[in-house]
Amino acid sequence: MAQAQPVRTTPQPDPGEAYLLPGETYTSISHTIGDVPLVALNKTPKGWFVGFTVSFILLMVFLVSVTWLFMKGVGIWGINIPVGWGMDIINFVWWIGIGHAGTLISAILLLLNQGWRNSINRFAEAMTLFAVACAGQYPILHLGRPWLFYWLFPYPNTLGMWPNFRSPLDWDVFAISTYASVSLVFWLVGLIPDFATLRDRSEHPLVKRIYGFVALGWRGSARHWHRYEMASLLLAGLSTPLVVSVHSIISLDFAVSQVPGWQVTVFPPYFVAGAVFAGFAMVLLLMIPVRHFYGFQSYITVRHLDVMAKVMLATGMIVVYGYFMEVWSSLYSGNIYEEYLLYNRLNGPSAIAYYGLLFCNAIAIQPLWFKRVRQNVPALMVISVIISIGMWLERYVIIVISLERDFLPSSWEKYMPTVWDWSLYLGTVGLFFTLIFVFIRVLPMINIFEMRMFQYQETVRLHLKAHPEHEESGHESLTSHSHGASAD
Amino acid sequence: MTSMNPDFEAIREQLRSTSGKQLWRSLDQLADAPAFRELVEREFPHGASEMDDPVTRRTFLKLMGASLALAGVTGCSYMPPKTLAPFVQMPLDRTPGIPNFYATAVTLNGYATGVLVRQNDGRPTKIEGNLLHPASLGSTDLFVQAEVLTLYDPDRSQSVLTGGVASTWADFTAALGTSLAAQSAGGGAGIRILTTTVTSPTLAAQLAEFGKLYPQARWYQYEPINRDNVYEGARLAFGKYVSTRYDFSKAKVVVSLDADFLAPGPGFVAYARAFADARKVMQTSEEMNRLYVVEATPSTTGATADHRLPLKASAVASFAEALRADLGGKTTELPEHAKVFLEHIIKDLEANRGTSLVIAGDQQPPAVHALAHAINAELGNVGTTVIYTEPVEARPTNQTSEIAALTDEINAGQVELLVIIGGNPAYDAPGDMGFAAAVKRVNLGVHLSQFVDETSQLTTWHIPAAHSLESWSDARAFDGTTSLIQPLIEPLYSGKTAHEVLAALLGQPDATAYALVRAYWQANNPAGGDFEIFWQNALASGVISGTAAPTATVTLKENLTIEVAPAPAAEAVELVFRPDPSLWDGSYANNGWLMELPRPLNKLVWDNAVLMSPSTADTLLGLGLGFAGGQNPLAVTDSQQRQINLEKITGVNGTVVTINHGGGTLELPLWLMPGHAEGSITVTLGYGRTAAGRVGDGVGVNVYPVRVSATPWFVSDGVKVLNANRNYPLVSTQDHWTMEGRDIYRAGIFKEFKLDPAYIRKEVYKEEFGTEEGVFESQVPGDNYTGRNAWGMSINLNACIGCNACVAACQAENNIPVVGKDQVGRGREMHWLRIDRYYAGNNLDNPVTYVMPVACMQCEKAPCELVCPVAATIHDYEGLNNMVYNRCVGTKYCSNNCPYKVRRFNFLQYTDIDTPSLALQRNPEVTVRNRGVMEKCSYCVQRISAARIAAKKAAVQAGEIEYKIPDKTIITACEAACPTHAIVFGDVNDLGSDVAKLKAEPHNYGFIGMLNTKPRTTYLARVRNLNEELEAAEAAG
Repeated sequence: MAQAQPVRTTPQPDPGEAYLLPGETYTSISHTIGDVPLVALNKTPKGWFVGFTVSFILLMVFLVSVTWLFMKGVGIWGINIPVGWGMDIINFVWWIGIGHAGTLISAILLLLNQGWRNSINRFAEAMTLFAVACAGQYPILHLGRPWLFYWLFPYPNTLGMWPNFRSPLDWDVFAISTYASVSLVFWLVGLIPDFATLRDRSEHPLVKRIYGFVALGWRGSARHWHRYEMASLLLAGLSTPLVVSVHSIISLDFAVSQVPGWQVTVFPPYFVAGAVFAGFAMVLLLMIPVRHFYGFQSYITVRHLDVMAKVMLATGMIVVYGYFMEVWSSLYSGNIYEEYLLYNRLNGPSAIAYYGLLFCNAIAIQPLWFKRVRQNVPALMVISVIISIGMWLERYVIIVISLERDFLPSSWEKYMPTVWDWSLYLGTVGLFFTLIFVFIRVLPMINIFEMRMFQYQETVRLHLKAHPEHEESGHESLTSHSHGASAD
Repeated sequence: MTSMNPDFEAIREQLRSTSGKQLWRSLDQLADAPAFRELVEREFPHGASEMDDPVTRRTFLKLMGASLALAGVTGCSYMPPKTLAPFVQMPLDRTPGIPNFYATAVTLNGYATGVLVRQNDGRPTKIEGNLLHPASLGSTDLFVQAEVLTLYDPDRSQSVLTGGVASTWADFTAALGTSLAAQSAGGGAGIRILTTTVTSPTLAAQLAEFGKLYPQARWYQYEPINRDNVYEGARLAFGKYVSTRYDFSKAKVVVSLDADFLAPGPGFVAYARAFADARKVMQTSEEMNRLYVVEATPSTTGATADHRLPLKASAVASFAEALRADLGGKTTELPEHAKVFLEHIIKDLEANRGTSLVIAGDQQPPAVHALAHAINAELGNVGTTVIYTEPVEARPTNQTSEIAALTDEINAGQVELLVIIGGNPAYDAPGDMGFAAAVKRVNLGVHLSQFVDETSQLTTWHIPAAHSLESWSDARAFDGTTSLIQPLIEPLYSGKTAHEVLAALLGQPDATAYALVRAYWQANNPAGGDFEIFWQNALASGVISGTAAPTATVTLKENLTIEVAPAPAAEAVELVFRPDPSLWDGSYANNGWLMELPRPLNKLVWDNAVLMSPSTADTLLGLGLGFAGGQNPLAVTDSQQRQINLEKITGVNGTVVTINHGGGTLELPLWLMPGHAEGSITVTLGYGRTAAGRVGDGVGVNVYPVRVSATPWFVSDGVKVLNANRNYPLVSTQDHWTMEGRDIYRAGIFKEFKLDPAYIRKEVYKEEFGTEEGVFESQVPGDNYTGRNAWGMSINLNACIGCNACVAACQAENNIPVVGKDQVGRGREMHWLRIDRYYAGNNLDNPVTYVMPVACMQCEKAPCELVCPVAATIHDYEGLNNMVYNRCVGTKYCSNNCPYKVRRFNFLQYTDIDTPSLALQRNPEVTVRNRGVMEKCSYCVQRISAARIAAKKAAVQAGEIEYKIPDKTIITACEAACPTHAIVFGDVNDLGSDVAKLKAEPHNYGFIGMLNTKPRTTYLARVRNLNEELEAAEAAG
C-alpha cells in the first residue's frame, strides 16, 4: 500500500469545495472505513445497539402486522370501495421512489464520470436495495389473496393461463424484479474488492473465511481489475435505463387508468423526478447522522451535501412543474371530472394533504437556492425530513384524493387509515433500518477501493492545478495508478 | 347401529317424542330416566357413577359428548327420513341438481302475495313472484324476497319454552287442557285469543268454531301497522266497513293525500305495476298519467310524483277538506303555501272526471279517507278507478281499540288464558297502554312466535312458530283472492302453525295443519266437483279462482259532513311515525338482508333516525346552517361557496336529538331529509328490539313507547325538540346529495318529449360538447357480436320507484353476504345492485328526487378488464364482463378503474360459512365468495347458463346445430322482482326482443357515456308530466 503513496506538495482546498478533506491516505481510508465492520462485537458503538434495537422492535411490529393481515385479510386496513388502494400503494410508491437515488448515483453518475459519487454510492445503493425490499412487500401484501401472488408471473402452468400483459400491474412485476436483481448484482459486484480488503485485514479466522468466501478469490490482479471495470460499466449501462423505466412504469399504474387525477400524461417524467427527489432526501437523511457518528466528515464532505442538495432542488422544481401541469391540464381540459378533481384537491375532505404537499415539496425546498443553506447540515436534515413527508403526501394526494371522489357522487367515500395501515408502514421502516444497521455493522459503508482511487485522483487534480507544467506526466501517472492498491 | 344394540330403538322412541334441542336443556331430567342411565353406562361405564355427583369437568365433558351423540339420533329434521335413502327409483318431479318451483303465498300484515319458491334439492332458496296471483303479477316486494333468510335464521326459536325452560308440545297441550277444562264451565269467559290480522279462511273457521265452543271467550286482532283508518273512514263515509281497491290503469290524474302507495302494503305490487305502466312513455306515446303527492315525510311515492307538496301530516286533512269543498264550488281556508297547489290540482281533477283518483294514506285519520271517498264520488271515479269490495279480512275491526280493550280486561283480572298467535304486542303495542306490564299478569299466557321475542319472554308458554315456507295454511290477497300456503320443507325446528295451536285449543293437539287446511277446503270447495282436482289446481297455480272479494255496493251518506281536526299552529312541531321501509313494524328486525338494505331515499342502514328538513333542523336545533329568516344557503352564486354550504349542511347528520312528547322522551340521531315538510319530524318503527336476535338486538331506538293509541301516526301536541349536543355515528351508503352537474341521471318533460323524443339527449350533449350530437363515439372498431346472443339490460327511470325489491332479490339470488354496520360505515357494503339517489335543484324544501338502480354496466369496453394483472375479469363471447372468482388475487385495481364503482370486494371473510342453517339458504348455482376476491353483478350468469343448456339440449333433440334462446327465457333476479317491470333484460342482437326495442328509443342512454365504455346496461331517461301552469305558478311564488 505504501508503495504508491505520492508525496507531493499540494495546495489545501477550501473545505466547502472539497470532496475529500486533506490528510487522508490510502491507509487511513482503509482503516477508518474498513474497521467499522471489523471491530469486535464488544467494541461496537453503543449508539449502534440503540439504533438496531429500536429498528428491530419495529421489524417485529412488521411481523405482527403481516401476521394479522394474513389471518384477517386486507379489511383490517382503511381501504374501501371506491378507495381500493390506500396506504399500501402509497407506501409502495414511496419506498420504490426512495430507491431511485441509489441507482442514479451508482449508474448515471458513474457513466458521467462524477468522481464525487464514490463516497456515497455504496451507501446509496444499499439504501436502494433495502428500500426496494420494503417496497416489494406491498404488491404482495396488498393482494386480497397474497398466497397467489405468483400468478402475476408468466410461468408455464396447468391452468393454461398467462398473466394479463395489458395490465400495468403486470409491467410492475417485471420492472421491479428487474430493478431489484440488477441493483443487487451491481451492489454485490462493487463489494468484491472491498470484501477482499476486509478478508486481508480481519484477524478472526472465521470472519476471514466469511469475507474470503464472498470475495470470490479476488487477488487484485490487473486481469481482475480489467474484468471488474468491464462488469461495472456494463451493469451501469444496464441500470441507467432502469432509473427512468421503473418509476415510469409505476406511474403507468395510474396513467393507464381513467380515474381523474390518475390519467395524466406528464406522470412518467414527473414520477421519475419525484423519485430522485425523494431518494436524495433519504440519502441525506441517512448520511448526515452516519457521517456524524462514524466521523466520515473527510469522505462525505459539506461539498457532497451541497451537490446532493442541488440535485434535490433541481428535481424538486421538476416535480413542482408537474404539479403545475396537473393544475393546468385540469383547468384546460374542459372536462368536468378533471375540473372537479382540482376543486376537490383544494376544497375536498382531504384538502389538507394537498396543501401539505405544496408546502413540503414546493415551498420548503426554496431555501436550497442558497449555498449557506445547502452547506448547513441541520438545515439540510430538516429539509430532507420535510421532503420525505411531502413525497409521501404526494402519493396520498394522487392515490387517495383521486379515488375518494371520482365519477359518481353516489359512491364517494372518505378514506380513513386504520392502526394497521400505520403499523405496517412503521414495520417497513423497521425492516429498512434493521437492514441499514446490519449493513453498517458488517459491510464497508463507503467504497474503500474507490475512495483510495479518488484520493489519488484528487491529489493529482490538485497537484496539476497548482503545477500545470506537470500536465503530461501527471496524466500518465493518473492512468497508471488507476486503482491505488489492491489491498493492504 | 340398530343391529349392534336393540335397546337404542326404545330410547330413540322415547326421545322422539321430545325435541333434539330439549335434550341439552334438561339433561338432569333425562339422566334420571333409567333408559338414559343405561345408555350412558354402556357408553361410559366408568363415568356412570359420577353422574349423581355435582358437576365436575369430566362429567360435563362426557355429558356433552353424550348429548351430542344423542342429538344426532333425533335432531335432524331438514328432510323427512324417507328421502334420506338414495334415489333407486327417482321420484318423478325430482332431478338432483335441477330446482323445482312450488306455488305458495307469503303474507305481510295478513295480506298474501302469491309466490313461486325455488327449491334446490329440498331446500327453498329463492322466492319469485307468481304471475297468476293478483297481488304479485310475477313480481314481489322486498319483504317477500327476504323471507327465505328468516326461514333459515339461526336465532329462530327451536323449542317449546315454559318460563324460559325447554318443554314439549305434549306438556304444553296438557297445561292448556287443564286451563281449558277450568274455563269450560264459564263458557270460556277468561279466555282471550289475540291474533294478527287474519285473512286465512281456515283460521277464521277455526276461530269461529272456538267461539261456538267457548261463547264467552273473545278473539282480538292487533298489529301496529293496521288498517283502522281505512275501515273507520269507510264507515264514516258509507256506514260500513268496506275494502277499497284502485285501478291505476284508468287514472290519468292521481292525487295522493299522504298515501305511500308505491311502498309495500296491501296491493303494492299490483298498484305499482298499473301506475308505472301508464308512465312508461316511448316515442310513440300520446299520454302519460300525472301524480300529485301531498305528504310530510319524503317517500318513494313522493319521489316519483310529478308535483309534490310537502305538508305536515296533520294539515293533510284540511287540505283534503279544501279539495272537496272547492270541487263542490265552495271555498275554505287553507295554509297559504298549499293554496296554489290545490288550485291547480282541482283544475286538473275537474278536467279528468272519471279518470282521476284521489287516495288517502293508511296513516291519515278516518276523516281524510271519508273525504277521499267523497271526492272520488264527486269526480265520478267510483267504479272506474276506485272499486269498493266486501272486506278481505276475516273480521275487519279497529285493532287499536281491540288491544286497548284486551289490556283493560287483563288489568281488570278477567283474563285467565291468553293465547297470542303471532305478533309481538309486548314490543309494539302503543306505549300508553302498558300491554307488556299487563301480559305478565295473565295466569296462562301462550305466545306462538318464530322468535323468543319480547312477548314470548313475558308469557308462561312460548311455542315456536313454523315459518310460512314450512307451513300449510291459506291467505287472501288485497283483492280477496285466496291462495293455499304449502310447505317447501319440513319445519326446521318442529315449529307449529296457528292452525295447530287453534286445534290444540279445540282439543285436537295432534291435528296437523295439512289435515286442517285440507279439511276446510274439502268442506268449502268453491269450485264444486272433484276435490282432488280442485286441490291440485289450487296448489299448482297458487290461486283459488273465484275467491276475489265481491264488489260492494256503497252509497255515500246523504249530506255527509266530515269533521276535520283543525290544522295545528304553524309553529307546533309535528312528530310523525312511519313504518320502517326495511324493518316494517320490527318483525323483520333480525333479517340481515333487510337491516343492511339502504333505506329508500335516505340510504341509512342499521339504524333509525329522526328525519327532518334541513331548515327545520336549523330552526329547531340551532345548528347555524344559514336557513335563518327564510334564507337558502344553496342559492348563492358562487358555486364553491354553495358546495361548502352543502357540505356543512350534510355534516350535521348524526347530531343526537332529544324529542320530548307527552308520551315520553326519545333520543335519536338526526338525519336530514330534503323535502320533508317544515316543522314536521319523522321517526320510523321497528328498532330498539331487545329480543330480536343477533342482528336486530339493540339496533336503533324503539319509538313505540311514545306512540300513543289516540294518535298513532302523528302528533302535534307538546312535541319539543332539543339538541342533545352529542353525535352518533349514523351509517348511510350515500352521503352526497347532488349530481354535481354530471351526465348521470337524465330527465325531461313530457310536453317537450312529445315534440322531440330525443330532446333530452340533445340538451345534454349541447351542454357538454356544444353540439347536439355526441362527439365521443368510438373510432375504434369493436366486436359487434353478430350472430351471437348479446345480453343487455334496459332500466326505465320513469318506471323505477326505488322500492328496493331488486336489491333484496339480487342479494337472495347471488349469495351476497351481510357485512354489518361497521363495515358499511367503512364503505364496504356488498350489494351488487344499489339504488343511487340524487336531489336536483337548490330548493332543499322540496327538491326533485331521482332514484337510479346501478349495477355492473357490463361495458363492452370494460375499463376493469384492461387493468387486471391476472385476467380474472374478462369478456366472454356474448359480451358479458365476467368475474372469475377463482382466478382473482384481489388487487382491487379493477374497482379503482371502474367509473361506475359497482365492484364489491371481500375485504374480510364476509360470508358466514360457519352457521349451518345459513348455508342451506345459498343458491348452489352461484359461487360462495370467500375473502380476498372481487365480485360484482353478473347479469345472473347462472340463469343465462341454465337457459343456454336447455336451448342446446332442445336443439340437439331436434337434430339441429344452431340453438336459439328465445326472448324472455332468461329473467334476472332484479328483473323478476321489479314490481314495475322497470328492468328489462334480453338479447340486444335479437331485434324483436323487448330490450332491443327499448334501446332503440331516442331517450335511451348509457351514463358517463363520454368514457366510451359502451355499457350494455342503458337507461331510459325519466320524463316528468309537469302541470305547466302549476310549475309556472310555483316558480313565480
